[in-house]
Amino acid sequence: MNGELIVPIRADADVLVARQKARELAKALKFSTGDLTLLATAISEVARNIVTYAKQGEIVLRLVSQGHRRGIRVVAHDQGPGIADIARAMEDGFSTSSSLGLGLPGSKRLMDDFHIVSAPGKGTTVTMTKWEH
Amino acid sequence: MRASILKQGNVLIASVQGSMSDADLAQMRDELVGDVRRYRSTGVIVDVTMLDVMDSFAARTLRGIAQIIKLLGATAIIVGIQPEVAFAMVQLGLTLEGIHTALDLEEGLVVLKALGTEAHER
Repeated sequence: MNGELIVPIRADADVLVARQKARELAKALKFSTGDLTLLATAISEVARNIVTYAKQGEIVLRLVSQGHRRGIRVVAHDQGPGIADIARAMEDGFSTSSSLGLGLPGSKRLMDDFHIVSAPGKGTTVTMTKWEH
Repeated sequence: MRASILKQGNVLIASVQGSMSDADLAQMRDELVGDVRRYRSTGVIVDVTMLDVMDSFAARTLRGIAQIIKLLGATAIIVGIQPEVAFAMVQLGLTLEGIHTALDLEEGLVVLKALGTEAHER
């Protein structure tokens, strides 16, 4: 499948843009309103993480298929400070800022697949997918 | 996009737009706080019917607004959370605990009345 969108994330207004672009791209798929909301909420969280911790980065939105399944893959990438302890960052309520600490573990619950790669000084890449049901 | 704030008797009604940035939300908070003092409002309704996503930042901001309003002596109610938004909030782990909520604007006014902060002119 084709269709890829890259959304640069540099300010909080870009969080809205990423959400909007994902909704547009997802029109090609059969997502329920509920699933679209879950997707948009997860994108909002990871995009906000980029603004808060890395200041800038990008979100790549791509239509993907696996067998008969179709979905949308979200890759949030930044070259920010990275995460020292990913296990702790995936715990509810853990935050190094004044946030609620729900962004990463919450996004994992909102999406079907979720994968994070990060190391101090090496930035962070979150790859997550929502499949049609 | 900025929120619109209406004054109806003792009650302020703030309508959150679908595409509000963090700065817009913060500005709405500041305007509400100023208006509660200026108009001596006893109730504030924040209508989020148009909001398509409630992420953790937006929830934290709304909770903060409700707490500030309460400290000023007024009552805040969040109304109009859409069912799919509520579902996503629960998945995310957002609870808005301790914050008054109501189905819609009409119900919000009923709740304010029940809480003794009805919208009458004075």
